[in-house]
Amino acid sequence: MMKKYNYGTAILSGFEYLLEEYPEVFVIGQGLWSPWYVGNSMTDLDKKFGVERIIDTPVSESACTGAAVGASLAGMKPIVVHPRMDFMIYAMDAVVNQAAKWSHMLGGQAHPGLTIRSIINRGGEQGAQHSQALHAWFAHVPGLRVVMPTTVADARDLLIASVLSPDPVMFIDDRWLYDQEDELPAIEEISLIDQKPNISIEGDDITIVSCGHTSLLSRDAANMLESNNISAEVIDVRVLNPFFADDIVSSVRKTRNLLVVDCGTLTAGFSAEIIAKVVENVPNDCLANKPKRLALPDAPAPTSRVLEKDYYIQSEDIVVEVKRILNK
Amino acid sequence: MKNNLLDLSNPEKFHENLDIKGIDKNTLINMLKSMILIRKTEQQLASSRKEGLIGGPVHLGAGQEAIAVGISELLQSSDRVFGAHRSHSHLLALNPDFYKLFAEVLGKETGFSKGMGGSMHLFDQESGFYGSVPIVSGTVPLAVGAAMAARMQETNDIGVAYIGDGAVEEGVVHESFNLSKVHNAPVLFVIENNLFASHMHISLRQPSDMISRFATANNIPYKLLDGNDVCAIYNAAKEQITEMRNGAGPRLIELVTYRHYGHVDWRDDVDVGVARSLDDIENWKARDPISRLSKSMIINEIWTIDEEEIYTKELDALIAESWNKAMSDKYPNMNSTLEYVYAKSNNKTK
Repeated sequence: MMKKYNYGTAILSGFEYLLEEYPEVFVIGQGLWSPWYVGNSMTDLDKKFGVERIIDTPVSESACTGAAVGASLAGMKPIVVHPRMDFMIYAMDAVVNQAAKWSHMLGGQAHPGLTIRSIINRGGEQGAQHSQALHAWFAHVPGLRVVMPTTVADARDLLIASVLSPDPVMFIDDRWLYDQEDELPAIEEISLIDQKPNISIEGDDITIVSCGHTSLLSRDAANMLESNNISAEVIDVRVLNPFFADDIVSSVRKTRNLLVVDCGTLTAGFSAEIIAKVVENVPNDCLANKPKRLALPDAPAPTSRVLEKDYYIQSEDIVVEVKRILNK
Repeated sequence: MKNNLLDLSNPEKFHENLDIKGIDKNTLINMLKSMILIRKTEQQLASSRKEGLIGGPVHLGAGQEAIAVGISELLQSSDRVFGAHRSHSHLLALNPDFYKLFAEVLGKETGFSKGMGGSMHLFDQESGFYGSVPIVSGTVPLAVGAAMAARMQETNDIGVAYIGDGAVEEGVVHESFNLSKVHNAPVLFVIENNLFASHMHISLRQPSDMISRFATANNIPYKLLDGNDVCAIYNAAKEQITEMRNGAGPRLIELVTYRHYGHVDWRDDVDVGVARSLDDIENWKARDPISRLSKSMIINEIWTIDEEEIYTKELDALIAESWNKAMSDKYPNMNSTLEYVYAKSNNKTK
């Protein structure tokens, strides 16, 4: 039976499912006893499952993430919640040096199967330290699976797949996605290693690749482009690491044009990885036009509203860029 | 710097025999043999590194054996022990398989970490050794989390975090102390205070040489002892670990010791060590945890010089044989670099 969710309540239902079905799952992070921190995505979990399993913590991102790594080595399935990705930078050692490397450097015998839910939460004149989308950093770390759900269904189902994965997973959601609504079927567990980029809109003239919130913008843009008789194929990356580009390459072979849209900053961003993988793997004469990137300027997020509005990408920007690429 | 450790940091003190009363004979013999085994294993590593047979760095802990041995005697295999860069003793005190350590240090597939870790990344979860890594203080919060998990799993297991005096200069250690106390995690913070972080004496790094001041700051009960007295360590840790198994939260034990070798490899490091002199090293060698226990046991007639000679002779032969075996073992498959990045198994599904 289909049931109506928004992005936040879809995440909430994922949490509820995991906590009901798997006694080894627990949640740790700041703000968990005051769920306004994380929208409607964690409402009343502490009341329903108890404060022993829904653990609000001191202001210690580093120790709490490290503790979750240690608990996972001891057979638990922890989910760490960082209500804002910017603050998680304090936890980089636990993520990069510990979680991502223990399997490899100990000969495949230790598996820190924790999930780190970090949230991109920006806009509203919050400025440089309350705004960052750092998915490209994490996608650069072998051993760390990086997941960015765009759709309501993925918000729930990829959360469950992430937590059930034996590997450490960085699950990145974006507060700008929370208003989406959809009807979802009953939960069916899926395997994270089988998850690939998803063609969310099919088209023939250009391939637009993006992840997270920009995938939503790209879908809007594709709909606008349709009235201009431009048929865009929109691909949502979903899993950034390990990154499987085969379907993106096939799409570009068909459309012969590529635009990558990313909600991170431009230089050394994930957009560069997408273009590189495509350019390396298509035939010499495949591309009809130069591939292009649309990403945030190489600057921290400004606070002042006029600067902030200009800083972030809008669907209209994608429309303009596509027309420019196609000379239309 | 304030010398709050007083005589504990003075190498001319604590040379007398140990008080072995109250510890049974078998435990004493186990502890003595374990310390000798660790010492001789590390001597093999020191000489082989000097000969150029070991490719990577080895951080030797000779002189500090009493700490891991006294603590490990009280542990069960389901406990969760975490080490750091100088962790040969932490592992061998739980599992004396020096052959697997040799193989690991040589990067062979028969090693503790299948040849993927070397000296600085060791693993033997079956004995309770969850892992050691060289990022200073990197495993401290992990031990707290493993201890929190022990409570959630309704076991009486504890977490153990070996922490050097240098590691407490890392911020995450203080977060970990605080978190463990607030969540009543049964983790034993074992402070191996050998007065040096790499080449730097503690007087150049901290305003006091006493690390347990941080236990006071976090309301964590602590003990401060001579780290070269395995009997005192055993007795003190026994009390703390019993309390933790019965539901108490974190405990800290600070043990003052000294390493015979320099920070890394076989050298004395008197030339690069600030305030590290040959005199100090000689004095500390006289405050040796092994000979002090051995002498005390011989005086109390529960051990003899002959027994020790027989044990060490057999051990020497086994170490030589194991070293040669490890030397001839195979290296990991060439695909190991990619093979171990992620878990082999798929999602856990119901």
